[in-house]
Amino acid sequence: MSSNKIITDLLPQKFGKTGLIWTAILILLCLNGLYCYIKQIRFGLGVTGLRDYASWGIYISNFVFFVAISLVGSLITAIFRLTGVEWRTPLTRISEIIAVSAILFASLIIIVDMGRPDRFWHLFVYSRLQSPIMWDVIVITTYLTLSVLFLYFPLLADIPILIKNSKPGSAIQKFYKFIGAFWKGTAEQFRISENAVKTISVMIIPIALAIHTVTSWLFATTYRPGWDSTNFGAYFVSGAFLVGAGGVVVAMYVFRRAYQLEAYITDKHFNNMSKVVVMLALLYLYFNVNEYLVPAFKMKKAEEHHLHSLFTGEFSLLFWSAIILGMIVPVIVLLFPKGRKPFPAFIMGLLVVVGAWFKRFLIVTPTMLSPFLPMHDVPESYKHYTPTWEEWSITIGSLAGTLLIITIFTRLFPIIPIHETIEEMEHSKPEKHEAN
Amino acid sequence: MVDLSKIIPLNPQIQRRDFLKGALLASLAGCTNHDPFTTQAKKESVKPSGQMVKLLSTTGEIIEVDKAYLKPTEEIPSISNMAERMGIEGKKFVMVIDLSRCRNLKKCQEACNHAHFVSDHQNWIKVYPMQDGEKTAPYWQPTTCMHCDDPPCVKVCPVDATFKRQDGIVGIDADRCIGCRFCMAACPYSTRVFNWDTPIIPQAVKDLPYSSETSCPPKIGTVSKCDFCPDKARNGELPHCVTACPNGVFFFGDLNEDSITNGSETMRFSDLIRDRSGYRLMEELGTKPSVYYLPPVDRLFPFKNEENS
Repeated sequence: MSSNKIITDLLPQKFGKTGLIWTAILILLCLNGLYCYIKQIRFGLGVTGLRDYASWGIYISNFVFFVAISLVGSLITAIFRLTGVEWRTPLTRISEIIAVSAILFASLIIIVDMGRPDRFWHLFVYSRLQSPIMWDVIVITTYLTLSVLFLYFPLLADIPILIKNSKPGSAIQKFYKFIGAFWKGTAEQFRISENAVKTISVMIIPIALAIHTVTSWLFATTYRPGWDSTNFGAYFVSGAFLVGAGGVVVAMYVFRRAYQLEAYITDKHFNNMSKVVVMLALLYLYFNVNEYLVPAFKMKKAEEHHLHSLFTGEFSLLFWSAIILGMIVPVIVLLFPKGRKPFPAFIMGLLVVVGAWFKRFLIVTPTMLSPFLPMHDVPESYKHYTPTWEEWSITIGSLAGTLLIITIFTRLFPIIPIHETIEEMEHSKPEKHEAN
Repeated sequence: MVDLSKIIPLNPQIQRRDFLKGALLASLAGCTNHDPFTTQAKKESVKPSGQMVKLLSTTGEIIEVDKAYLKPTEEIPSISNMAERMGIEGKKFVMVIDLSRCRNLKKCQEACNHAHFVSDHQNWIKVYPMQDGEKTAPYWQPTTCMHCDDPPCVKVCPVDATFKRQDGIVGIDADRCIGCRFCMAACPYSTRVFNWDTPIIPQAVKDLPYSSETSCPPKIGTVSKCDFCPDKARNGELPHCVTACPNGVFFFGDLNEDSITNGSETMRFSDLIRDRSGYRLMEELGTKPSVYYLPPVDRLFPFKNEENS
């Protein structure tokens, strides 16, 4: 494969008809979410299905989901990099843009959940460092910054290619020049960039573990059944890596289909990523056994209501679906080489991601509906939690928002790093020089 | 010098702090036989409007003052936010709830909800039908905020909107609260309620500046809960629940004085807890509540749960 072919293959393309419809749908979903959020600002959180007992609902579970999936950036880019996984190159930018857009919407959705978003600034003026929320604010902003840099630095090497191949004087070229005209591709610049990326890969791993551990502490620092666990950090981090890996498999399949990237995102990538998913799903299952079966063995009085609601009660359908479809089925299917082909892997990836979303809901709400003192003398609506359509609209809007960011990013930048791909081709196959 | 707090409004319906919405003109020093308003107004040559307002003077006389002499100013809360956060010096408030006397009348709840403009379906005081084990006797258990000495809610608040005062009270600053509801998740006693919608309250209350001692006016998007009525304590009065209970279930007092009262009976706190085996809820969590319970022995009333039958 010549470098020219790689460039033409990987340059960002204009949206086709499907791309336009896709983008339009995403924009509509975002606008609908925005409309509902404006309504929520006007009338208060009363428009949601949240009440005094279930005072955290799908906003918070969505927040946890976003934080979880954002960990994939550090998994693919940093952990794979440090452990010398060579096939990671075409997946790095995909995972990093998932990370950036997810963590961005994590911070937005947490503002949506606030009763007084107009007082957001209180967090900075009156901040109390003792509160796990402040820890989250600190690590999330740090992780967002590092992730943006992690996306940006490797992008620089592609900027001259983008400038060269865009219409001279066009707005898009001006944009490329604005963000990266200083990049001349000198040996010195490469050295600095390489060092920076290396430093970030090391730094981002503890930060990534920290964001999800701290997020788990939002729950584990309370006394409530289902949350009061010393295992919660590891449990959350393993679940996060699983949903991130699942998300990458889904994204790989979609990009491959949409931009005909079969030569770059190969069956080997699906095969390898599927194995990663299996390993992570088993790990997450292990933590689930710890989180649910150990308390169930004892059946302490406070835990009883919570565990029953999950195993046989009102959340049982959701709970067993999340465990079986979101973890066990993917493990079984992906154990077979045929299951690791792109399409079945994509379906399993979807199951993992959707299962993970509902799993986050199952972590948050059933616990809130299992208080220490019985729910008594409250309206029936207080004893159960049914999200309103406004809540769903806002949540779906936020999910559409992350996809929209990823879509627009793909329109502007090569989703597979061009420069790195060329470099790799040249390094791995010296005979390619002759072809050039 | 005229003590403003001694001048009380003629209409007892108006709250103390609602009075003198139009506060006084500048300084009131130097008044003698005339009322201070007129004296000061003449000094500053304010033109009378002819419309008279009746006020009660410090000596208990009704005086008539021209309306123009009252200068409307921003209402100043009698106690600053800082002082409210500090609490009442030298006090350590404590409550004892005698379970043997409770029959689920909910007069406490009614009075509390009324006084604090608690929204429909929400209660600061909850009365639970409790049955600890299958064969154990059921009983009614009213709960207020436990005003824990190691409060889990205060630990998690990111903006210091809920705080522990030196008199033991856990208060809420609704002007500070960002509505994250972490405190609600942290509280094991399910004490806290959230103002999901705009609270329906009289305009006069809505216009008051927020005070964490009255927890009024409740504000949308913020958390509220039982505050132990420190505004009453400052006046030497008992919380609403204590005075409203016809069976004397609630005792309130000061741990430093070792005395508590339900309005008709006053006792030594330490004696009562010792003689009646007082205990606290969920001691194993280490929250160190300021509310003690006396077990439901020798009950005044049989347990009847009309709600479930």
